Amino acid sequence: MRKRSQRLWLIGAAAALVTGAAALAVVGLQGAVAFFQSPSDIAAKGASSYHQSIRVGGLIEVGSQKHGDGGKLLTFSITDGKHTVPVVYEGIPPDMVKEGKGVVAEGKFDAQGTLVATRVLAKHDENYMPKEAYDALKRAAEKDGSAADAAYVKEPST
Amino acid sequence: MIAELGHLLAFLALAAAAGQAALGLTTGGEAPRRLAVAAGMFAVLSMVCLIISFVRLDFTVALAAEHAHSQMPVIYRIAAAWGNHEGSMLLWCMVMSGYGAAAALFMRDGKLRDKALGVQGLLTVGSLAYLLFVSSPFTRLIDAPFDGGGMNPLLQDPAVAIHPPFLYTGYVGMSFVFSLAAAGLIIGEIDREWARRVRPWALFAWSALTIGISLGAIWAYYELGWGGWWFWDPVENASFMPWLVGAAVIHSLIVTEKRGGMASWTVFLCVIAFVLALLGTFLVRSGVMTSVHAFAVDPTRGIVLLVGLGIAGGAALALFAWRAPTIKQGPEFDPVSREGALVLNNLFLSVAAALVLVGTVTPMILQWLGEVGMMSREAASLSIGEPYFQLTLAPMVAVLLCFMPLAQASPWQKADLGPLVKWLMPAAVAAVLVGIVAMAFGGWGIWLGFGVLVGAWVIFGVGFDFVRRLGPGGASRVFRLPLTVWGMAIAHLGMGFFVIGATVETATRTERTFPLSQGESAEMAGWSFEFLGVKSVEGPNYTALRADIKVTHGNTTEIIQPEQRSYPVARTSTTEVAIRKTLTGDVYVALGDQVREQPGAWRIRIAHHPLIDWVFGGAALIALGGFLSLAARVRRRAPTATPAVEAVPAAEPAVPASATA
Repeated sequence: MRKRSQRLWLIGAAAALVTGAAALAVVGLQGAVAFFQSPSDIAAKGASSYHQSIRVGGLIEVGSQKHGDGGKLLTFSITDGKHTVPVVYEGIPPDMVKEGKGVVAEGKFDAQGTLVATRVLAKHDENYMPKEAYDALKRAAEKDGSAADAAYVKEPST
Repeated sequence: MIAELGHLLAFLALAAAAGQAALGLTTGGEAPRRLAVAAGMFAVLSMVCLIISFVRLDFTVALAAEHAHSQMPVIYRIAAAWGNHEGSMLLWCMVMSGYGAAAALFMRDGKLRDKALGVQGLLTVGSLAYLLFVSSPFTRLIDAPFDGGGMNPLLQDPAVAIHPPFLYTGYVGMSFVFSLAAAGLIIGEIDREWARRVRPWALFAWSALTIGISLGAIWAYYELGWGGWWFWDPVENASFMPWLVGAAVIHSLIVTEKRGGMASWTVFLCVIAFVLALLGTFLVRSGVMTSVHAFAVDPTRGIVLLVGLGIAGGAALALFAWRAPTIKQGPEFDPVSREGALVLNNLFLSVAAALVLVGTVTPMILQWLGEVGMMSREAASLSIGEPYFQLTLAPMVAVLLCFMPLAQASPWQKADLGPLVKWLMPAAVAAVLVGIVAMAFGGWGIWLGFGVLVGAWVIFGVGFDFVRRLGPGGASRVFRLPLTVWGMAIAHLGMGFFVIGATVETATRTERTFPLSQGESAEMAGWSFEFLGVKSVEGPNYTALRADIKVTHGNTTEIIQPEQRSYPVARTSTTEVAIRKTLTGDVYVALGDQVREQPGAWRIRIAHHPLIDWVFGGAALIALGGFLSLAARVRRRAPTATPAVEAVPAAEPAVPASATA
């Protein structure tokens, strides 16, 4: 086989593969992206306007954690200090998911406007807050400009 | 004084590495060699000093005060020394200069070694400078606290204690592969001999990386308490990208070594593997993402890392662009040949790495665009999860593996597909049957059947190829086969087992949460779980709630004890799951919290993870295969040094050409 034809099939194979991969990536990105929303965003748009999976960040409202269905389900509310989003999760969340602590829940809304979480994330350490939870609190506080909210917003530092 | 000694030793390592860089790149010879050994020794001793500070609980050292605690067992005090940003950077520097020292000791004299030591010296200087001037682990405190802060309890675990050293041996090993590539470019000798000398280092680094990543996955599986072993978390992806490219490197090096082909592509991959390792370090260490690994939340460190990454990566690519045209092209080959198959392997692995890169950095880039105001924040903050990676990578891996047995059986230059296909047909038929059986058991999922089919095809195909390589001598020749053949067969088998395990585990794992009061039982997958109650127990630095659960399966009964541990010092709790191993998978039990509305009832999570050991066992086989290939290289070196031994192979019975290749 001549050099040139060798190069040709190499380029052909690479081009075909890269095109296929790019197509896969585009399809994959459309289906698998979860946009991050704060409770205030959701209150503004209404839970029914979300059809894709989203991520909601904030603090778990104190006093909101309950166990539903005889203990099979965990329900709680995520707050950014302004609005709250009800969440239901089947199973046992990571250890650091506690009332008053930062949390990120990923899932879709059901017809009642409850986020059915497929994944619940918290930082692995009491000192940290998930970045998205922190951002949600900050955004809510910034919009309002009220000083009272500053207490909610602590830098996620060590 | 130990901390000051450690600090001084790190400076000495810096000085030695600077000399190693300067002399290695100019005069070469004995001096840079000795300096490289010295730099390695100084760095190791510096790390030892830090570890001593941790073990002796010297809380006047800021790092120990923050991360050690008197109640921590000694083994975890040692692990705590590298379980933080500064300590892990010292470990990084130690491994980096360690590779320089190893090269100085084990590589033959010559320009390649000199220049490689020089480049490695430059990288070591950069790392040590970052360590000493931006994040020193030896900073003292004026007011020493009475006791330390302790390590994150999640990291207090044997697997994760040794995870960083393995991971860094792999990650940083890519730096030495890169140094060898740069050295080859500088001296203009990227040829078969170059590839022969690079391959052991690449194999070593990549196999260590395989172990490091697997240890992380095993830890995630049993320590995070969710039963998953891979989350497509940016941190995991950061190590997975260099792994994919490293896998491409060790395969393309074969073509370069045996045939002199793909030389410039191989060098390019060596550069990319290193750049990805640096990028991974930046992602993990700069605090741009939420993770247990993100120690450094100090933005200056992130910027310094990014600048370092830019300089090293930019210089490397510039060197490549400048010198690549001097690389000689290899002989021609037919698309259907072993070269052709290895080209495909490389295309798939690098495209897979690119897909992981896209999925990993897209959210970060968007977030940054949102923060600087080039996009609305709302549109810019998103996450890319498992579905993306599964959808994009599964086809890549599947096609790659479909070619694997064919590739193994193909001769160099030009292969005749007809006889190959005929020979492998029984393997293909058997694989299809296994796939169908798996579907029948697993609820007729298409993906499940397909994944198992691909894995079985690899296992049978590799087995057939192994038998073919035995030749007419049959089983009597098993131990005469070259170690490289063993290495390849075992690593590829590992890949087959891994794919089957991963597919079956992901597709058919079951998890349920049961609220149970004392004396109540739950049933799942033919197992019965009776909750006997919860008691509290004291650990060395934690208190735990321990549940007793009686597990019955058939007529065997056993008590298992999942725990909830709470660590008062770190104000953190962890879940210690109880795992009952069986031949077909793990029964996995985690103790949750008390049901609020029903005092005395506890939430217990029971999961079944079928074939999970195939996942970790497969990864272990892959690493073992890599080390075996490496051993073959090391063993083969002896004959080169003493030509007299070369007469021996002639006395061996004639070996089919493919077996020696």
